[in-house]
Amino acid sequence: MSWAHTLATGMRGILSHRLRSILTTLGILIGVSAVISTVGIGQASSESVEARINALGTNLLTITGGSSSSFGVRGGFASSETLTMNDVAGLADRYDAPDVAAVAPLVRASETLDSTSGSNWTTTVEGSTPAWLATNARSVATGSFFTEHDVQVHGQEVVIGSTTASELGVGVGDSVSVGSDAFQVIGILNTVGSQGLTNSDDMAVVPITTAQDELVGGNPDSVEEILLSATSADTVGSAYLEADQELMNTHGITDGTPDFTITSQSQLASTASSVTQTLTILLASIAAISLLVGGIGVMNIMLVSVTERTREIGLRKALGAAPRDLLRQFLVEATALSVAGGGLGVVVAFLVEWLVPKFTNGGVAIDITATPVVIAVGVSAAVGLLFGVYPAARAARLAPIDALRSE
Amino acid sequence: MTTEVLRLEAVSKDYGSGDATVHALVDIDLTVSQGEFVAVMGPSGSGKSTLMHILGCLDTPTRGQYLFGGEDVSRMGETQLARIRNRRIGFVFQQFQLLPEMTAWRNVELPLLYRRAGDRRQQALRALDAVGLAHRVEHRPNQLSGGQQQRVAMARALVTDPDVILADEPTGNLDSASSKDVLGLLRQLNEQGRTIILITHDPNVAGIAQRYCTMADGRLREAVAV
Repeated sequence: MSWAHTLATGMRGILSHRLRSILTTLGILIGVSAVISTVGIGQASSESVEARINALGTNLLTITGGSSSSFGVRGGFASSETLTMNDVAGLADRYDAPDVAAVAPLVRASETLDSTSGSNWTTTVEGSTPAWLATNARSVATGSFFTEHDVQVHGQEVVIGSTTASELGVGVGDSVSVGSDAFQVIGILNTVGSQGLTNSDDMAVVPITTAQDELVGGNPDSVEEILLSATSADTVGSAYLEADQELMNTHGITDGTPDFTITSQSQLASTASSVTQTLTILLASIAAISLLVGGIGVMNIMLVSVTERTREIGLRKALGAAPRDLLRQFLVEATALSVAGGGLGVVVAFLVEWLVPKFTNGGVAIDITATPVVIAVGVSAAVGLLFGVYPAARAARLAPIDALRSE
Repeated sequence: MTTEVLRLEAVSKDYGSGDATVHALVDIDLTVSQGEFVAVMGPSGSGKSTLMHILGCLDTPTRGQYLFGGEDVSRMGETQLARIRNRRIGFVFQQFQLLPEMTAWRNVELPLLYRRAGDRRQQALRALDAVGLAHRVEHRPNQLSGGQQQRVAMARALVTDPDVILADEPTGNLDSASSKDVLGLLRQLNEQGRTIILITHDPNVAGIAQRYCTMADGRLREAVAV
């Protein structure tokens, strides 16, 4: 039998049981669209995380206090406060660290800001120096940033992100307070957009001295993190070594076990993308299970179809259909069912891509790329073939006399 | 000199095994020549259906040899048997066995699809014309009477120009008028030179044939012409 007729016969089989075929197709459709959408969500979030990290500049290094504890267990990432303002001064030394362009200390606290009009908003308040702008690759949209002088005099100035400003309903010149301490808003940061898991537009920056006095407490000289920017992307490596050497010296470390951790942006980016990748794989695996269930649905319906059409199979055999002809006919039917499901699944996935950001106000982005689409459609065809083989083989093996006899 | 179409030599067919073995056919010898009209009669359970399946290459004998046009088909595989059924045998069944969702000519076309023939519609229409149904080609089986449905089935058997037509109780599901109609058509086909093997339990139906065989307990006996 020619392929055209095999296809036509398969289609006739599908169309003669419309509802049943639609329900079967639905199983594959849901599986395929779920796989494509979850991979799309993973793709979008890993892109935005990478974009955010890269927006900070590839020449950024972050030093966090972290160390060998007294029990010999190494910690890291600000597990202890071993960095001081003295380290910041040392790293800023042009002679000791020639490849370091800017150095900014950082302390952080989560605080509730109150405006004079009575609104309040809880956000991350960072304490730093004017070098914060350079190391974070940020700028001030309106107003100005605080100066070195403000840092020295423990000034009560604050620079806030655009989201924080709109939530509080304040602008440049207004006053906000943290507890009993009043701050004057002197600048609004540029908008970098909501990206990934944290919102860089929702924050406030105050002089580090003020933050140490009033917000973080503890040792007034200690800092949580030191942000370094190298003179260029090419000198990140040497800046890393210089910073490492400088801190080893000033901290008097000789046993090779540093009490700090230096992280480059590329390390952060790869860590972040490996985390999202793992999540994507996990979600896509769950979605793939629904595709498998859809495949079992195809097999089930094909078995029903073969049983129902036993007489037709017998007749076709009597008229000269070889086992191969019937095998093909039912395989084509199964594959057509699941490819139709796969194709519609792609359409649904694109609908989801278009609709979900609308319903979540851009909070969840989906980025569908060609690869998962091609794979999903290919897999759905393979699922049809795989789960169609057994029913089709059963049809092909039916003895013509038994098939003709069946009522 | 008549040409031999098919020959059974000591053909036996057993079902089951051990004590439960049923000897459906026992040592059957039968030769059918070109242009013959043979009727095989027998009550149900006599083995005539089994014989029909063997003759139609729908089943293979347990023992003995079956030669079809000189080819030994008794040891052929499924695919080769399918080729023989497609090219050399035309079936007419008691239940018509038409596909309900297809029109008359599509039903007739069916065997041609398995041999990749060209101008299939023309051939199907010619066959339908030969059975007197040229005006019913676009009708579906449920729009046709029983007699007409059986004639569509006969057109389907004819369309491949087979060496032999095997008719298994072709009038079993028909009223007497339609039966007469179908038997008349069979006789007409035989007069045109077709080889026909008719299997029936009804002596009146068998009456149209030239040669009679009776079956009982799996054995075939040539009957003397009446």
